[in-house]
This record gives sequence, C-alpha cells and structure tokens, in this order.
Amino acid sequence: MTVMLAIRNLTRRFPARRSLADLLRGRPRQAVHAVEQVSLDVHRGETLGIVGESGCGKSTLARCLVRLHTPDAGSLAFEGADVLALEGPARRAYNRRVQMVFQDPYSSLNPRLTVGETLAEALHVHAIVPKADIPARVRALLDLVHLPHDAAARRPHEFSGGQRQRIGIARALAVEPHLIIADEPVSALDVSVQAAIVNLFMELQDRLGLTLVFITHDLRLVRHMTHRVAVMYLGRIVEVGPTAALFAAPRHPYTQALIRAVPQVKPGRRTTEAAVIGELPSPLEPPPGCAFHPRCPLADATCRRDIPVLEGRGGAWDVACHQA
Amino acid sequence: MSLLDVVDLRVTFSTPRGPVHAVDGVSFCVASGEVLGIVGESGSGKSVTLRAIPKLLHANAAVTGTVRWRGADLHTMPAEDLRRVRGGQIATVFQEPMSALNPVLPIGLQIDEVLTAHTTLDTAARRRRAVELLGLVGIASPTTRLDQFPHEFSGGMRQRAMIAIALAAAPALLLADEPTTALDVTIQDQILKLLLRLVADLGMSLVLVTHDLGVIAETCDRVAVMYAGRLCETGSVHNVFLRPQHAYTHALLRSMPGEGAARAMLVPIPGQPPRIDRPTAGCAFAPRCSFVEDLCTTTRPPLIDVAPQHRSACYAAARLPVRAA
Repeated sequence: MTVMLAIRNLTRRFPARRSLADLLRGRPRQAVHAVEQVSLDVHRGETLGIVGESGCGKSTLARCLVRLHTPDAGSLAFEGADVLALEGPARRAYNRRVQMVFQDPYSSLNPRLTVGETLAEALHVHAIVPKADIPARVRALLDLVHLPHDAAARRPHEFSGGQRQRIGIARALAVEPHLIIADEPVSALDVSVQAAIVNLFMELQDRLGLTLVFITHDLRLVRHMTHRVAVMYLGRIVEVGPTAALFAAPRHPYTQALIRAVPQVKPGRRTTEAAVIGELPSPLEPPPGCAFHPRCPLADATCRRDIPVLEGRGGAWDVACHQA
Repeated sequence: MSLLDVVDLRVTFSTPRGPVHAVDGVSFCVASGEVLGIVGESGSGKSVTLRAIPKLLHANAAVTGTVRWRGADLHTMPAEDLRRVRGGQIATVFQEPMSALNPVLPIGLQIDEVLTAHTTLDTAARRRRAVELLGLVGIASPTTRLDQFPHEFSGGMRQRAMIAIALAAAPALLLADEPTTALDVTIQDQILKLLLRLVADLGMSLVLVTHDLGVIAETCDRVAVMYAGRLCETGSVHNVFLRPQHAYTHALLRSMPGEGAARAMLVPIPGQPPRIDRPTAGCAFAPRCSFVEDLCTTTRPPLIDVAPQHRSACYAAARLPVRAA
C-alpha cells in the first residue's frame, strides 16, 4: 500500500472576532482550533472516510488538503512533493490531480453557465484535450456520471439535487484527478437518491482507479463504502483504522459512543439510555488534556492534564486515548 | 379508545402557480401513551400533516377532513376551546429551535407564558415549576438558565428548552416535527432518549415526524409511511420494517446502506421524488416502482388492512419479497 498523500501535524486556526469589551480590557484575541496536529496517510486506491460531528474540523481539513485554506502549521506531501511549497504551474498541476466535490450542488455550480460550459471550462483551463475534442469529451463525462447528452445544453437549475451532484462529480472528473476529496457529497439529498450517488462513487473508483477521501457525518455510509476510517473530535483525530474492524470493536470511548448513538434501521433496540452525556465543548476553548474527557466515563487525572498521542495499536490501527 | 383520530385529512395550498395538494386523504389514529412515527422524504407532506393537527398552517392552506381530539373535532370547535387544547393538551416541538424560540425573551419567561395561559399557578409556583421543567429535560443549573436568552444556549440545549416549554402544561400529546434533524448524532441520541423517557414517565403520547428510518426504528411503536402527500402504509414498526407491505417502503428500506456486504452496490430507487403540484391518477409511486402493473397507473390504490393492525395502499403488497431479518 503506497502513501499518496501524507498529512503531518496539520494545524489550522481561525481568529475569532473580538468584542469591543475584550478589546478595551486588552484580552488576547481568541482562535477557533479547527484542525489541531492532524497526521494521516491517504493510500493509493483506497476510500478513506473522515467522520465526526459538526465543528470537529473535518471540512476544514478537506479544504486544507486542496489548499482552499492554507494551514498554519504542519506539512502536506503528495507523492513525495511538498504541497504547501507549490507555486504557479506546479500548484495548478496539484489542483488538477486533487479535486474536490462539495456538499451543496446548488451553490457550487455556476448558475449562468450550461453544464457543457462548466465542463468545457475545466477542460480548457487545464488543457486536458485539444479544443476541437472538447464537445466529445463533455459527452464522455456525462456518460461517466450517467447523465443524458442533452444535459450539456441545460443550466443547473433545470436539474434535481441528485442530478446536480452528478454534474459536480463530472466537473471534478473532467481534469482527470487521481484523488477526490468529497465533503458531505450526499448529505443534502433524499435517502432514495443518496444510494445512487454512493453507487456512482464506488463505480467510478473501480473503473478509474481513483483514490477517495469521503467526509461525512453519516456513519452508516462510512461503514458501507470506506476501507479505512478516521474519527475526529474537536480538531483532532482520535482513532483511525480499518473500517470493518473499527466498527466491530471501536477502542476510543468517543468512537464507541458515536457508533452507539447512530440509530440502527432495525426495530427492537429501544432504550432510554443515551450513548454519551454532555455536549461538544467550544473549539474556542478546548478542554485541557483530552478534549473528550468532560464527557468520558473513563477519564482520570491524566486525561484532564495530558493530550493523548495518536499511536499505533497494531493492525494499522491508531488510537489517541490514555485509557484504551 | 384513541386519543387522536385523523380522518381523510386534505391540505391544499393555493399558490400563484395553482393549487398544491400537500396532504391528500390521510387517516391515522394515536392511542394513549403511544409513539407514532411519520416518515417520508422531502415533499411527502409529513410536516404539513403534523401542523394541520392543531391548525398551525398558514391562511393559504385549505384543510378538509376531521381531526378528532378525545372525540371533539379540533377544526370545527370554537377558537377559545382550540386555544385551550393547543399548548395545553397538544404541544408542538419544531425542527429549528432558534427560529421557534423568541430571541428577545429569556427562556424562563417563555415557559412562564405557557404556565400563565394553561394553569392557575401563582408567580412563585410558576417559577418553581419552570425550574423543575428545565431539570426534567436535563438542563444543568436550571435556576441560572431560566434568566438566559436562547442565543446563550447550544443547539441541543435549545431543543431541550423547546421541549420544556412544550411540557409546561403537561400535555397528553406531543407533536415533534424533525426535532433532531438539526442536531449532531450524539445530541440527537440524547434528545430522542429524553423524549422516550418523558413518554414513559408522564404517560404522554408522541407523534414524531422524521426522514430517518433509523430514528423511527429505535423510537416508535407504530409508523406511518408517507409519499407524495398520501399514506402508503401504517403498522407496528416491527411489522413494517420486517414485512413491508408497500412497494415504496420496501424500496426505501432496501436502499439503506448496511443492508448488503461492505462496498456492495446499494439499491437506489430509480427516478426522482414526485412533484406534488402535478398529481397522478394512480399510485404516486408507480413511475419509480419495480412492481408496477397497469392498474397502478390508472387507479389509486386504497389503504386497506393487509394484516391485523397493518394497513397498506399497494396492489403489489402480496407480491413483495420477504426481507431477510
């Protein structure tokens, strides 16, 4: 298994707005700790799931990977090359090979361009095919995502949510990427439509040998379609391992709670016992030590003091927990 | 005897582009202490059905049919009586607590409004009751929290506060419209478990509207499946999930991840969700259905008993494959 993208100690913080009162009292500016010291490998050909609840930093991480955000610290190596140092043509080449599919297919497509123009623009900017071949390539892309050829002449508003997401995927595929980062690509869709888009991702991956980073809050999807999964909590990865094994026997208390909290589509599991108590802490002031300790049934003095390190537990399985 | 009886409910919105039949002949009942789930995709009419019960729809909605509450028709009773039922005996919790709560009033005052309207308690007793209610829904340091405003609460805490307001007058029926859809999964789990505990402890009935089959499976006694403003199927959660008798329910359950082996292709429902502004003659699901026959496209299937306590509106009910347990 070769490493395609190596993420090391990636950190991204966003300065919070300071109130006038804070300014007058000379309080320091606070920062949202969106992504903290994340290290993760993306292997060639795999589907890597990144899961977590809102504010855990999964979308910020995704945007750092395609350089929509510049990380404050850490490194990013794509096939050995330092991504953060890339400039000009080299950076464009990286963006060609690493493409993003966004959550909301309504706002990520230009409403004034026809689908054909959107796809042709990507083909033209990255000079993927000679100008004369663009119409044929547009049709081939529409075939790939199972849209009719007449879609090329229509504008995004004429399509349903599921079809729009197919257009978003076709746009990402236009530049022949090796790695696709998909940020909640099916969350805005109805259940009956979701399945078709999930199938499309799996089919394209098998046909084109793509590597896929699939970011979602939906654990059922992650369990179904990913090879490995990384669980994030408050900006950090708390556990990463092979999907089937991790879901069968999660080791981090947060992963355990998260999996228990997902309602199963099977009747007869009714209890009144919640999987985990408490709320997500503010990323402005993450708790000292392990960020999960205020909600964790196993927490002790060490957890309240020291940030646990993500370390190997055998079988390509890493856990960041003092107790597990 | 059932607490709530909805018979042939129809809701039509008049819009600039013509009438939209959002709810099209829906009948169901809710027994005392029961948890009924209404499930459907966007545009299925599930939320409109829920809001039509206590007459919470806008003026452009024309509602017909009867909604009987303990035998009395809510839609024909005098406004004065309806006001006593609404908030007093039937309370509602909405999806987005930030837009349902009044942002300029402290939470305590919003609870107090309900207590003033529906109880005879004096000021001090109302304050004690408000503290008690916040404690009941799991809000820590309730005395301090009473004087805070909605923006000082987190999403989960706001939904707890909404539930506290709804419970203030000790209603017999709680209507919850996607109460956990805006929340994270661990918080959703806490809120659903809270609702179940309240149902058990207070002997309340609950109607829960959701798009999530998992939420239905783990929370409800009975389920009503809606599609294009119509009721497809009603029955116990156990029967509907294990032996669905409507082709739509069957297809919906089959499309869920986790049914087959890991990375096996899912079984999507072909086509697009229906447009309710263009009603169909036969079964609304017919264009997407893999069990469709001629009759389905011409004649609307009636909702009939297919087994004890299990009703379905599907000509293919007997032909549906049995799902593996």
